[in-house]
Amino acid sequence: MSASLENILAQALQQLSDVTDLNQLDHVRVQYLGKKGVFTLQMKELGKLDPEQRRSLGQLINDAKDQFQSKLDALKIALDEAALAARLSGEKIDVTLPGRGQAVAGLHPVTITLRRINQIFASVGFTVVEGPEIEDDYHNFEALNIPAHHPARAMHDTFYFDTHTVLRTHTSPVQIRVMESEAPPLKVIAPGRVYRCDSDITHTPMFHQVEGFLVDTDVSFADLKGVVYEFLRAFFEKDIQVRFRPSYFPFTEPSAEVDIECVMCQGAGCRVCSHTGWLEVMGCGMIHPEVFKAVRISSETYSGFAFGMGVERLAMLRYGINDLRLFFENDLKFLSQFK
Amino acid sequence: MQISEAWLRTYVNPPLSTQELVAQLTMAGLEVDAVTPAAADFSGVVVGEVLSMQQHPDADRLRVCQVNVGDNEPLQIVCGASNVRVGLKIPAALVGAVLPGDFKIKKSKLRGEDSFGMLCSEKELGLASSAEGLMELAADAPIGTDIRDYLALNDNIIEVDLTPNRADCLSVEGIAREVAVLNQLNFATPALVTINEQHQDTLTVSVTDKTACPRYLGRLIKGINPRATTPIWLKERLRRAGIRSLGPVIDVTNYVLIELGQPLHAFDAAKLHGNISVRWAKMGEKLTLLNDQTITLDTESLCIADENQILALAGVMGGSASAVSEQTQDIFLECAFFTPLSIAGKARKFGLHTDSSHRFERGVDPFLQERAIQRATQLIVEIAGGNVGAISAVTDPSTLPDRSAVKLRRQQITKILGITPADSEVIAIFQRLGMQVFSDAEGWQITPPGCRFDIAIEADLLEELARIIGYNNLPMRSLLMHSSLGYAPEAKLTLDRVKDLLVVRGYQEAITYSFVDEDIQKLIDPEQIFVRLQNPISSELSIMRTTLWCGLLRAALYNTNRQQSRVRLFETGLRFIKPHGELLQQKSVAGLALGSVTTEQWGEATRKVDFYDVKADIAALFDLTACGVKYQPGQHSALHPGQTAQILSSTDEAIGWVGMLHPTLEKQLGFDSPVFLFELDQDILLNRKIPVFTTLSKFPSVRRDMALIVDDAVTANSLVACINNCAEPTLQEVCVFDIYRGKGVAKGNKSVALSLILQNSSQTLTESEIDVIFNRLLETLNVKLSARLRD
Repeated sequence: MSASLENILAQALQQLSDVTDLNQLDHVRVQYLGKKGVFTLQMKELGKLDPEQRRSLGQLINDAKDQFQSKLDALKIALDEAALAARLSGEKIDVTLPGRGQAVAGLHPVTITLRRINQIFASVGFTVVEGPEIEDDYHNFEALNIPAHHPARAMHDTFYFDTHTVLRTHTSPVQIRVMESEAPPLKVIAPGRVYRCDSDITHTPMFHQVEGFLVDTDVSFADLKGVVYEFLRAFFEKDIQVRFRPSYFPFTEPSAEVDIECVMCQGAGCRVCSHTGWLEVMGCGMIHPEVFKAVRISSETYSGFAFGMGVERLAMLRYGINDLRLFFENDLKFLSQFK
Repeated sequence: MQISEAWLRTYVNPPLSTQELVAQLTMAGLEVDAVTPAAADFSGVVVGEVLSMQQHPDADRLRVCQVNVGDNEPLQIVCGASNVRVGLKIPAALVGAVLPGDFKIKKSKLRGEDSFGMLCSEKELGLASSAEGLMELAADAPIGTDIRDYLALNDNIIEVDLTPNRADCLSVEGIAREVAVLNQLNFATPALVTINEQHQDTLTVSVTDKTACPRYLGRLIKGINPRATTPIWLKERLRRAGIRSLGPVIDVTNYVLIELGQPLHAFDAAKLHGNISVRWAKMGEKLTLLNDQTITLDTESLCIADENQILALAGVMGGSASAVSEQTQDIFLECAFFTPLSIAGKARKFGLHTDSSHRFERGVDPFLQERAIQRATQLIVEIAGGNVGAISAVTDPSTLPDRSAVKLRRQQITKILGITPADSEVIAIFQRLGMQVFSDAEGWQITPPGCRFDIAIEADLLEELARIIGYNNLPMRSLLMHSSLGYAPEAKLTLDRVKDLLVVRGYQEAITYSFVDEDIQKLIDPEQIFVRLQNPISSELSIMRTTLWCGLLRAALYNTNRQQSRVRLFETGLRFIKPHGELLQQKSVAGLALGSVTTEQWGEATRKVDFYDVKADIAALFDLTACGVKYQPGQHSALHPGQTAQILSSTDEAIGWVGMLHPTLEKQLGFDSPVFLFELDQDILLNRKIPVFTTLSKFPSVRRDMALIVDDAVTANSLVACINNCAEPTLQEVCVFDIYRGKGVAKGNKSVALSLILQNSSQTLTESEIDVIFNRLLETLNVKLSARLRD
């Protein structure tokens, strides 16, 4: 190697060792390897030499260049790493601070409960149908085999607009409306608001019911029992005891009240179940022939069952809510407990 | 209905504990609400007789009595009751007795006189809530017998909550029949002794409407002893049935009511004038009832009358003018069958509800009257004597309820109940229920007894069968039925999706009453015609909401009054309006926001929610449907006139409103910061466009910004619409990105900065092409809206 080339390399390496950041590094790189860089110019000079000299001197220049290049590369990696480390430590934040933006709110517990009920029934093909809340006497009572002055009307404290128009006292009129317009087979659930002229600690003048019914050929009480039983176990996600007790509804026969083993005390007896170990959760039965008659469906060809349940009651049992009135006060402290 | 368990067990006594018996009743559809002891716990009380008594030397009101309690020596007991007298038999609590309330009886001195016990009143034994003196026992009460045994107090009161179809169980006999069937036992009724007629005096009875009253029986019983008292056993059975003793005649009619389920009434014959008629009242006739309530009758009130006046509201309650009193010696005892329809609703109309109306409304056995009047006669004569007269009877067999046979098919039992019981089992069940059973080829012809008003069709018989076999003994199966695949309609957004989006955007779902305060509604929505409830629960819940805002505003206030400074609520449900006179129950979704735009957070300045925040929430809903909507400045009574937008669909259907609550209302309602509201018609909101794919352009898009100077009155929307109306094929998107007023823009004008995204699907746009498009749009904006480019 010529003395001048050695000097150049030594000087270049010296300059590299003085470099402290990537900018300086690049500056040095350009100074030696750029288009007008020292090594580049050296290579250009070679063209003036004869081939023999060109080869040997070219080799020397390349060696020097390589030495410089490898030092430069190593230094670049070191500087890159140092720069990244500096950035990372500079950008450290307190990840325990809360995130920003709109916080998610929640659905009303009645909606949450209704959705679960709908979902369970939808899984076997029940469709959801809604009906009017201001209802006529015919759909709310007459067609459901509750004529005027029937003692069962006293069980419904009805809100009236005039003698023929009421706020529906149950979601059963939807059963009539569906059967009036559609032919069996039918499997429908009808959720919604219902109204009773009653207000105290355990009654609100408005609450929610889900009515469900199924009409087909050869539907029996065994099917009703199966559906109700499976529903309650699905709803409470528990292998719960269920019993059927004879009762009376004008629009079903046989009619039953359904009790479940108290979910608060597991049937041992507590305040919630009045120490009986059982909780009444729904009413049901086989659709009454008079109801089929009102909607012109043959009760000889078809049979069916219907059931109805109070949504707030199921929500109270599911979530341990102890006061019905909370559902309609809309206190955010209450509502925000449900998502 | 409540009855004594011991009384029931005199009819039929299955080998069951009380708990088992009531569980059996409940599971047969006669729901037992409560079982309570017939008497509170007490001990050490026996039948005693007052042998002698002397005035206490130091106390005017006390007497020193010698009482025979069955021991060799009489006991000295000091007593202060006014009715204490020699020869009286009374309950005597001995030393060591414990009375209700854990009251221990000890030997004591009362003003210096020794007392070895206490003579008791009904109240002290826990048998009545009040008492005027000692409990007087019958003269033949066996001295020394434990009073609990003598009064048979080791008994329970069973309270049954009967469904309206089971009127047949509104009596001890009715419940006994059920218990007998459930246990496959027979039941025995008390022996009926027919008293021979002793005189022929009668009152003539006429019935004007035999459809309403197919049977009416009456008889005169003369010369009863007005000083007679009701025996303790009968009083006790009435007490356990929840009925107060009111003298022998009334007690007997009540007793027969509970025993057989037949209401009876006794008139004081001396207070009657002439003959008896059963007729519809004339409009305006008046009657003062036994409870001193005076009612004005109309032509739909069935009543019992004599020749002068109305005596009773048939099947409901007697009148005070003809009532039996302590002086009554002659009575006219009536026992009728009124049809359920003729009595239904009549008691309620006058705010009444009686044991009698309760039974007649539901159905009394139409074949029971003869037996009931004989039974009552027997008891009255046994207790108070009297001479019995002939029964005047008016009966119209043609109007008595029909008890014809009902067909029950074997195949229906299998089809509806899913079981196939043996014929013998079916027959036995119905026979024990008091029904006549005839077999035929398909099954049976079954005739119910008179007491069963609920057996008219095959389904009624199926229910009886299921009930007696036990619902829990019937099979259960998983659903098998015809099924077809459901639909997944894509052109409708689900309401659940809308709710979920609002929840994600920070709105909490509320559910408020559909009826609201008229005052609040009139403030918010004065133009709307609303519907009013006839019988609201309170004036605050008296009319149906025409907007969901009424409830949301109230709910928001409830929360701001409870230290919540930020409220975001939404609700879905019906609003009730009459747009063209016809009631419309319109599905709505509405929301409310007040307070800071987000919950307080670190590192960001808080700011109050404004119109555009809420508008963005609504826009997000419409983005889900891909249906474009228009917002145009509007006027709504509830909203700030300068911050109200009416929302229209692309075909100009009104979807709803968004805006700021009018500052006057904000103040009136009691808010202390601006409130923003929206309400949308669900039916239109949920319409959704099914996506149609368009080819993606391979060529780059370009953005060009234009800042336009326009009059302040020109809305951003009209600028965007004007550009869109040019139908420039390369235009992909227009976006407003800045509004500026102030330096450099003349007063009354504003600068609106728009960005345009242009893209051609077949080639890259050249600068000159872009300039041509830009200038054409600008020219149109200038012509239509006098917009010009800002320098």
